[in-house]
Amino acid sequence: MNGPVPGDLHIAGIRKSFGPVQVLHGVSVDIPDGQFTTLLGPSGCGKTTLLRIVAGFEAPDAGTVRLGTTDLLPLPANQRPVNTVFQSYALFPHLTVRDNVAFGLRARRVPEADVKRRADAMLASVRIEALAARRPHELSGGQRQRVALARALVNEPEVLLLDEPMSALDAKLRHDVQLELKRIQRECGITFVLVTHDQDEAIAVSDRILIMNQGRIEQDGTPEEVYERPLSRFVANFMGSANVLDARRLAADQVVTALGDLVVASNPVWEQGSVAIRPEDIEIRTTGEGINHLPGRISDRLFRGDHWEVIVDVRGQSLRVKTEPDQYHAVDQAVFVELPKDDLLVLRD
Amino acid sequence: MRPLPRTVSVTALSCLALLYVPLVAVAVLSFNKTRLGTAWGGFTTGWYERLLSNTTVLTAAKNSLIVACVSTLVATVIGTLLAIGLRRLPLGRRGRLLGEMATTLPTVTPDVLLAAALVVSYGLFRTVSSVFDPGLVTLIIGHITFQISFVAVVVGSRLAAIGTDQIEAARDLYASTGLLWRRVLLPQLAPGIVAGGLLAFTLSLDDFVVSFFVSGPSSTTLPILIYASVKRGVTPEIHALSTLIVAATMLTILGIALLDRRNPRSSRP
Repeated sequence: MNGPVPGDLHIAGIRKSFGPVQVLHGVSVDIPDGQFTTLLGPSGCGKTTLLRIVAGFEAPDAGTVRLGTTDLLPLPANQRPVNTVFQSYALFPHLTVRDNVAFGLRARRVPEADVKRRADAMLASVRIEALAARRPHELSGGQRQRVALARALVNEPEVLLLDEPMSALDAKLRHDVQLELKRIQRECGITFVLVTHDQDEAIAVSDRILIMNQGRIEQDGTPEEVYERPLSRFVANFMGSANVLDARRLAADQVVTALGDLVVASNPVWEQGSVAIRPEDIEIRTTGEGINHLPGRISDRLFRGDHWEVIVDVRGQSLRVKTEPDQYHAVDQAVFVELPKDDLLVLRD
Repeated sequence: MRPLPRTVSVTALSCLALLYVPLVAVAVLSFNKTRLGTAWGGFTTGWYERLLSNTTVLTAAKNSLIVACVSTLVATVIGTLLAIGLRRLPLGRRGRLLGEMATTLPTVTPDVLLAAALVVSYGLFRTVSSVFDPGLVTLIIGHITFQISFVAVVVGSRLAAIGTDQIEAARDLYASTGLLWRRVLLPQLAPGIVAGGLLAFTLSLDDFVVSFFVSGPSSTTLPILIYASVKRGVTPEIHALSTLIVAATMLTILGIALLDRRNPRSSRP
């Protein structure tokens, strides 16, 4: 990188403890201007704390947060060019939708004529212009979420922080809002930093996913990368329901697992570690001769609409396998499973 | 649903009757022509007319209103500041709990203890200034001391209901501390402040114990007047006076209830 770019967010060496509990262990990440980045992890991993440090609601014990060349940490929350969409939305119940959206502009003493024009334009762009005169308690959950988004975006922040903004919405609505959020981000070009524990949501909307675990960034990559190539046991488990197997290194391309000996594509760096394979990468065959073909027995199957989830018992171990809806297997049927060696991922731990 | 057993409704209605029959009886008697006893002698508003031309009663009513208005005004301001201060002070969990207890305790302390303590205090202050001679000033200060807690408790519960996320949202949206209070907190606290004030007003208007201890000969309030008159025998005039006070109190309570209904509902999903 050639010198600082004005809108880039640089987070370096952030540490934070609450009493005896350390929630962030030196987190560093650079987020380029205009990127849709997601902090993904289970509750308690420190993702919300990191977001609150950027917003200015928490002060870190150590580390820096810079936006371009501006050091954000000395600035109080109300002077940072950053806005937040809160998990609870935190709308002002005594103000109308329009006054909620106009709050930030008025606080910065934008001329009233501009306030009205910009607030109304923003309401239109999130398609709630008809609700401008309503109060928050008269709105549905999805509508409140749009008001919260409009109230933050109307200020044209350098960075928009979104703290689990969809956790209060039902599944169908969440899907629509994800598409909408992606569209809005593309149109306005503002850097979005989303915090979520929902990996489907992260994959759907992000340019880049930072997977967090116990106060550290566990993996950093595009949605495709973190989904297809999990590097650690934690990521493999967290990103969808991969089969993770304890393994011991036998040779440069061979490991021993509870299922039997398996051929792998890359040389493990460990003697004891783990390998993973996704349910959709495992093939069920009726005859079995070849690399990584193992005999097993169908122990259960669930119809999931667009696929079958089949549980195959191999040497007492359960393997989750995804098959096409037209592929029918009876319970107790003897089969072979193939674990293609290119899909068998050698994890770092 | 299972039909409600008759005993439940009978018990509930009996309890309500226990509360209101005496009040209704007084109100009815205040329109009774018979001067002595409870026999109905015909309808009259004469007792109210006599009451309103009785200068002793009018002076007491004026005193009561002055004391109630001034003490309510002061107590509402102090009580609100106390609630805000308790919320904003960095007290920690235990400190906050202690602060809340210290605020609530006076609302359940027997009035007579407070009254006695006031008498002692005034006695001490009187050596410094004659302002503390029994009179309107001592009455007003006395009423303020017990009103503050009630205001602080009512306002404090409103404040707690607003929640920190709204405060953070206002900060996030560039609000200074002044703007945060003017545009976000005070507008939402207003119904609580007014409700607390109305509660303080009714407490002052009806107070007998504290007033009895700290008032002087020139600062008789209505409850003290009623007490003194009853000792000489209950007259329909007293019934009329009592009815008026009860009516005023009920109207105020009704006002509090209406304000409470107007509170904006929480925005939480």
